[in-house]
Amino acid sequence: MHQDTYTHPDYYLVDELLTEEHKIIRDSIRSWVKQKLSPVINDYAQKAEFPRWVVKELGEIGAFGPSIPAEYGGGGMDDIAYGIIMQELERCDSGIRSTASVQGSLVMYPIYKFGSEEQKRKYLPKLATGELFGCFGLTEPNHGSNPGGMETNIVDKGDHYLLNGAKMWISNSPLADIAVVWAKNEEGKIRGVIVEKGMEGFSAPEIKNKWSLRASITGELVFDNVRVPKENIFPEIEGLKGPLSCLSSARYGIAWGALGAAMDCYDTALKYSLERQQFGKPLAGFQLQQKKLAEMITEITKGQLLVWRLGQLKNEERATPAQISMAKRNSCEIAINIARESRQMLGGMGISGDYSIMRHSMNLESVITYEGTHDIHLLITGMDVTGVNAFK
Amino acid sequence: MKILVPISKVPDTTAKIAFTDNNTAFDTNNVQFIINPTDEWYALVRAIELVEQGGGSVTVINVGPAENDQFIRKALAIGANDAVRVDAEPKDAFFTASQIADYAKANGYDLVITGKETIDYNGAQIGAMIAEMMDAGYVALVTSLSVDGGKATMNREIEGGEEVVEASLPLVVSAQKGMAEQRIPNMRGIMQARTKPLQVVAPNGASPLVNISAYHLPEDKGGCTYVDAENVGELVRLLHEEAKVI
Repeated sequence: MHQDTYTHPDYYLVDELLTEEHKIIRDSIRSWVKQKLSPVINDYAQKAEFPRWVVKELGEIGAFGPSIPAEYGGGGMDDIAYGIIMQELERCDSGIRSTASVQGSLVMYPIYKFGSEEQKRKYLPKLATGELFGCFGLTEPNHGSNPGGMETNIVDKGDHYLLNGAKMWISNSPLADIAVVWAKNEEGKIRGVIVEKGMEGFSAPEIKNKWSLRASITGELVFDNVRVPKENIFPEIEGLKGPLSCLSSARYGIAWGALGAAMDCYDTALKYSLERQQFGKPLAGFQLQQKKLAEMITEITKGQLLVWRLGQLKNEERATPAQISMAKRNSCEIAINIARESRQMLGGMGISGDYSIMRHSMNLESVITYEGTHDIHLLITGMDVTGVNAFK
Repeated sequence: MKILVPISKVPDTTAKIAFTDNNTAFDTNNVQFIINPTDEWYALVRAIELVEQGGGSVTVINVGPAENDQFIRKALAIGANDAVRVDAEPKDAFFTASQIADYAKANGYDLVITGKETIDYNGAQIGAMIAEMMDAGYVALVTSLSVDGGKATMNREIEGGEEVVEASLPLVVSAQKGMAEQRIPNMRGIMQARTKPLQVVAPNGASPLVNISAYHLPEDKGGCTYVDAENVGELVRLLHEEAKVI
């Protein structure tokens, strides 16, 4: 791995829209990434191994649940701060950002939002430090874009619930201590339960053979007559709005994060094209290369303004799920395109693990798919502007 | 023990250096700034460690405009207790040292720890000047520092070895690599920094003694000329006629 010399592009002086504190946060996460993660991330991705130690370190630096109130161990920060943290992590690797997204938005957020006071006190502080590691079970083998069709179910057995079913494509699951699991009750209503590692009948086998998010661990969740204590159910929330509100929080982080991957690819391609000489001058001096760079920085700049504005709306609790969908979709699309274009600019070197671009390219294939596929987000925008449901 | 740590704002090491106003000013466009690394990584962190071990407080001081507050907040997030900003452009080393020394004297600091030099101007003058103005001892280029009662013990690198030095407080020390390990502020520290005091004070009446009249970038490195190993005559000719070194 080359020394990480990343400097972020800021063509429209978007930094001036950030607070002093936002910049300190960015600087901290970036320093941590450059020192700890960048030097080793290629090795982990090549070996398809999750760097388990990052969980504790992400907890120490405060990357888990930064917008959860401090009394529960969170950072008590705003949503732009959360976005910045996700961006800096994904600038290095989408898999590591996924780890933090899942812990913060899909495990801590629902416990904070829907959990009982006892659940909050029991789990949140330990999740914030990384002492506990969590995962989120919504997607099933037969139900991806249509989570409402889920088969996983709970049955009230008086002093406990009996949980049966299976979840698929679950980030963090093989190593997780707890899982936030969504299941239908006898009335067909979706409820959330906290399942702990070690409960009889609960297993989390790893999904291997991934060509994407190789430095992150992914698995299944299998529930075979698992007895879940009554106090582990989220007391109030019922229906799809529970899991979907978690996804809104995570998608918001992805909108910032995927842009980080795009910015890293652009930064790499720009520097490379200024150094690499062909036909007696730098690559950057050729029109076709400049076209690529100019289009990349244009899209990045638009994306930066989009996520910043979305962050403002989210801080004011005015960001709609559809607005978040648009930003998630846009960031993923431009990132995957920028990764592809910048890879071409590096020629043969573009496929080497010495540079981050090919890893970003492969990672982004997952990022554009999970938390709502690219097409589904388009339909969400379509429905939002027309008022007509085109999902089915 | 009261410790004062002066911090400077400097261009990031990856910044592209350019000048403006007819080569009389540094062009700050598109330059990202950081806290001077030896101030942050060694001086500040060691000061925090000393207070963690033996009690007291760490104050960071910066001479500069309001835009420097973000760097001061970062120092507070790393673990300093409070901060002071002298609201003035740091024109030269004498002016800057004079502001810091006056504050240190007026507020009874036992120890001032600076970085060994800033990475922009590489002056390495501030520490010695502060010490002189405070009428305190000065030990430069220190790689380890411990304090027991009113006495500090330090290691310094010297030619071919190491020197162990003792000095009584008040004292000014310049820190270099080895004194501490960088601490990256975590979100908790950043949140706590919100409420730590940052006092802004007016500068004293000192005038700068040095004025920079012009900056010049180094000449571009010349291209490399390869001479065949068999062709020593040509090599000698090039060294004599072109490079003019023999």
